[in-house]
Amino acid sequence: MTAIKSKDGFTHTISMLVANKPGVLVRIAMAFSRRGFNIDSLVVSPSANEKFSRMTITAQGDPETLEQIIRQANKLVDVIHAWEHNDQEAIHSELALFKVRKKGNSKSVINGLIKAFQARIIDDSEDSFIIEQVGETKELDKLEDILKKYGVVEMVRTGKVVMVKGHQPT
Amino acid sequence: MTGAEALIKCLENQGVEYIFGYPGGAVIPIFDALVNSKIKLILVRHEQGATHMADGYARATGKPGVVCVTSGPAATNAITGIMTAMMDSIPMIVLTGQTITPLLGKDAFQETDTFSVSMPVVKHNYLVKKANEIPRIVKEAFYITQTGRPGPVLIDLPKDTTAGEFTASTLDPEMDIPGYKLPAKIKSVDIKAFAKQFKNSKKPLLLVGHGAVISKAHKEVLAFAEKIKAPVATTLLGKGAFPESHPLSLGMIGMHGTAYSNKALIGCDLICSIGSRWDDRVNTNNMEFCLGAKKLHIDIDQGEINKIVKPDSYLIGDAKEILTELLKHVDPLETGTWLKEMDFYKKEFPLHYSNEHGLTAQYVIDLAYQITKGKSIVVTDVGQHQMWAAQFYRTDYPDSWLSSGGAGTMGYGFPAALGAQFGRPKDHVLAIVGDGGFQMTFYELATASIHKLPVKVLVIDNKYLGMVRQWQELFFDNRLSGVDLEGNPDFVKLGEAYGIKGFHIDNVEKAQEIMTQALNYKGPAIIHAEVIKEDNVFPMIPAGKSAYHMIIEPPTEKLERPSGST
Repeated sequence: MTAIKSKDGFTHTISMLVANKPGVLVRIAMAFSRRGFNIDSLVVSPSANEKFSRMTITAQGDPETLEQIIRQANKLVDVIHAWEHNDQEAIHSELALFKVRKKGNSKSVINGLIKAFQARIIDDSEDSFIIEQVGETKELDKLEDILKKYGVVEMVRTGKVVMVKGHQPT
Repeated sequence: MTGAEALIKCLENQGVEYIFGYPGGAVIPIFDALVNSKIKLILVRHEQGATHMADGYARATGKPGVVCVTSGPAATNAITGIMTAMMDSIPMIVLTGQTITPLLGKDAFQETDTFSVSMPVVKHNYLVKKANEIPRIVKEAFYITQTGRPGPVLIDLPKDTTAGEFTASTLDPEMDIPGYKLPAKIKSVDIKAFAKQFKNSKKPLLLVGHGAVISKAHKEVLAFAEKIKAPVATTLLGKGAFPESHPLSLGMIGMHGTAYSNKALIGCDLICSIGSRWDDRVNTNNMEFCLGAKKLHIDIDQGEINKIVKPDSYLIGDAKEILTELLKHVDPLETGTWLKEMDFYKKEFPLHYSNEHGLTAQYVIDLAYQITKGKSIVVTDVGQHQMWAAQFYRTDYPDSWLSSGGAGTMGYGFPAALGAQFGRPKDHVLAIVGDGGFQMTFYELATASIHKLPVKVLVIDNKYLGMVRQWQELFFDNRLSGVDLEGNPDFVKLGEAYGIKGFHIDNVEKAQEIMTQALNYKGPAIIHAEVIKEDNVFPMIPAGKSAYHMIIEPPTEKLERPSGST
């Protein structure tokens, strides 16, 4: 088991390949909720094979409980595999949308703030901008902190997705 | 052909003999298809009875028990029995009716979301969407329920899928369960490494659980124990995996286990679990569990590894297969002193009882053991009588001890005994139940009577919920709350109301004679044993305390309230 120590405990990233069938999400969510684990983010998407879906889950908690959750998830008939991945072996990425109010913030100010990040303005409405950012979770956290000072009206984040580097499967 | 007819054909192809069921609107097409089937339908009196019967059938035969009930309240009534089967790893197929697919989720009559309600208490479940899926789902369900670590599988069948036309070309399609994982074949290098762990142990202890029973590993357990000369303790559900009359047997271990088995737990330098899950009835306190001992774990379920105990070494796979291989690589151990120590404890702290205050449950159970020569299939309910039965009805044969272990489901015993008798009609089946639990499911007396099942129901009647009363006496200053069962029926007359012969015992003098008559009676019989009201099960390890705190004799001082779960 590998995990990254976060401010509240351990943050774990688990990748699962699951059968594309009704009820799979509930079965997996139950493996977490039954043990009092809160899921921070959960991404379900198609995989390269249409019979299977890909899930990426981030959660915080003690490694022993998480090991149990992974073992219990692996027991599920609809789960092909469930693995935990760390930063060294896998690419992590996430997308965020920030709606920032225009009042007092010119486009050039915003562009100045975001230029150090993989981010861009994708909507320029009367009252607000929407900024799209792609990157690692910690980069998204940084920009979020900066933008909050300038008035974030809304925020949406996709949650982390991972892919293992090289020939190892995710 | 309808979906229901296809379903029944698939069940026939799986070798199903019995369906334990109760009809209703959403399963009428299935019951209709059963009219022309060779499968025998057993009409129960309540859906909980059906699931426990199927469970008893499965435990007694090793084959999956099959249940068919309707939607809504029938499905929820079945849940307790499904949960019981799940906790004890029992193969069971549960077919539930459901409203028609266009009405799913629209609060139709007798609709409940059975798929979701059952999800936490099944190994796997299905909601059928089309009649043509039925053969694949049934095939997968039977495969999943029996292989690996067994467990119940539920199939929810909307009525339009069973009443509708079946148009697929085959009743034997390919399965589609790529995520279903069975343990890989164990490498000989791993077996050898595991076998090495036993080397130099002078005080080994084998902890044998239900997994060894399910795996039918009793011969291998015996050979292994005899080869390494290790004493064997079983869990409640491990009874039968090792003959309890064998000199190496320490009987049942744990909260109400024998004093000597728990002494072994304290004294051992190595403990090897074979198909037990270190449950809190055995490992009552993880911090003080087998201190200093090497811990080894054999289990078919990878999910059990590191769950409670972090083993020094483990093997994931079938107990019978693993022991067969392991036997080739272990040598006899120097256990002479250890076995002498065990013999000392056996003599010093034997299981015992006395009838000086009147007829005891222990005596009645001991009589049953002697009269039946230990050859009955014993099925218990849950509570004091269950522990006394575990202690005093020694189990020497596999598949002859049926009890709700993990779930502790009151009401299990009697219907499960009927299921066992259906599965093994030639064997002597003895249900040992309490007055509390029996009243939860005695409605199945009708089923026993109609089918003339010669089950003997020994009702241990102390007019109390004895186990809870025992806790209240020992830990709650004898403040009795909600445990008084005064108002019990006359159980002999209750049997007679269903046409079942009744026997009554209320004194020591006549007990042997009446028990002999009753146990040899040809048909179903109730044996109503009125025993002394206030008696406690000992030894006892208070919940949450370790084996160091075992109470062997009735305590004379006040005990603190237990910190453990229950």
